[in-house]
Amino acid sequence: MPGQALTPAQTVGPFYGFALPYPGGPVVVEGGELRLSGAVLDGAGDPVPDALVEVLQADVRGRLDSGLFGRCPTAPEGRFAFTTVRPGPTADGCAPHLAVIVHARGLLLHLHTRVYFPGEPLNAADPVLAKVPDARRGTLIAAEAEDGYRFDIRLQGPDETVFFDV
Amino acid sequence: MATPLRRDGRDAHPDRDHPAYRSTALRHPKQPLVPLHDPETELARPFLGAGPVAPLDHDLTAQHDGPPLGERIVVTGRVLDGNGTPLAGQLVEVWQANASGRYAQAEDRHDAPLDPNFTGVGRCLTDAAGVYRFVTVKPGPYPWRNHDKAWRPSHIHFSLFGTAFASRLITQMYFPGDPLLPYDPVMQSVNPGARERMVASFDLEATVDQWATGYRWDIVLRGPGAALFEEGEG
Repeated sequence: MPGQALTPAQTVGPFYGFALPYPGGPVVVEGGELRLSGAVLDGAGDPVPDALVEVLQADVRGRLDSGLFGRCPTAPEGRFAFTTVRPGPTADGCAPHLAVIVHARGLLLHLHTRVYFPGEPLNAADPVLAKVPDARRGTLIAAEAEDGYRFDIRLQGPDETVFFDV
Repeated sequence: MATPLRRDGRDAHPDRDHPAYRSTALRHPKQPLVPLHDPETELARPFLGAGPVAPLDHDLTAQHDGPPLGERIVVTGRVLDGNGTPLAGQLVEVWQANASGRYAQAEDRHDAPLDPNFTGVGRCLTDAAGVYRFVTVKPGPYPWRNHDKAWRPSHIHFSLFGTAFASRLITQMYFPGDPLLPYDPVMQSVNPGARERMVASFDLEATVDQWATGYRWDIVLRGPGAALFEEGEG
């Protein structure tokens, strides 16, 4: 069947901050024990202060029907932070992860990436991580931080984050 | 197992590398994207915790003590998926500049007046037929620093989800006959065959006598369908 022609994407622009963020947006799970923070950086390594990061993840038992969602605008230093729980594996052989969307001024179509967890034995067999070239896989794995996990998103450059064509 | 989404037709979207829009230079990935076919997580439906949509959220002219300045308009249309199926109960988020071309955000330094009676943020849910409807004022064009004499054409920002994280869409709606359209590198980043899909039509049916002109704009998001791949994909 020929498709209905899709509506093209456009950048979120610089001035979404009075519109899209909402109280509780960065709280994926109220009272969650996991803090996931990071920064969005451009190809020069400079912070992107006008990005919007969205996450979607399974609950602790790996169920996706609850559609746990979070939305966090980046601060002037490009920083974002979510309060959530560590997701369970969504299926046999899949490692725990969060799906991430990045919107930004200068990004005409948003980007998809994923956050995986360091030291997770299931990472070795995860079918999505397996598609990623060895040298770049590390960009998808969060780092342990004092207050939880840190995940920086590099839009471009030597350590460019792996983005997915979903 | 979640329903896969069609992969065809996505060439409607602009290339992220678009030199005429200068901010893309350092913000687009240079490495190839890794294809993910039918990923369970991205096919899940996000549950937005933004709270219930209030009755006046769709009327951007009724959120303050008095009416905003500008040309009052109705903007309406359907949200469909790529198979032509209307999407009911969809959250539609919009934001825009006021009639003078100024956003109600502190970072907007454009020397045009703010309007105390206009914020420029709206939300609504599509009805059973997939129809959304906003009442607002026509946003003004505004200058930006992308190039000499750069002015953005009048536009309203739209944010939608569809049935999955993978059908997420943020876009902009433009107005018919706007003389700035051919000069706008954001709008022109889209291939010529798809550009017009971002331009609303003046619509007599949506026009309200003695009160507001009407514009119609349908939005099409990726829909379900497994077997179709883009050319060159396998």
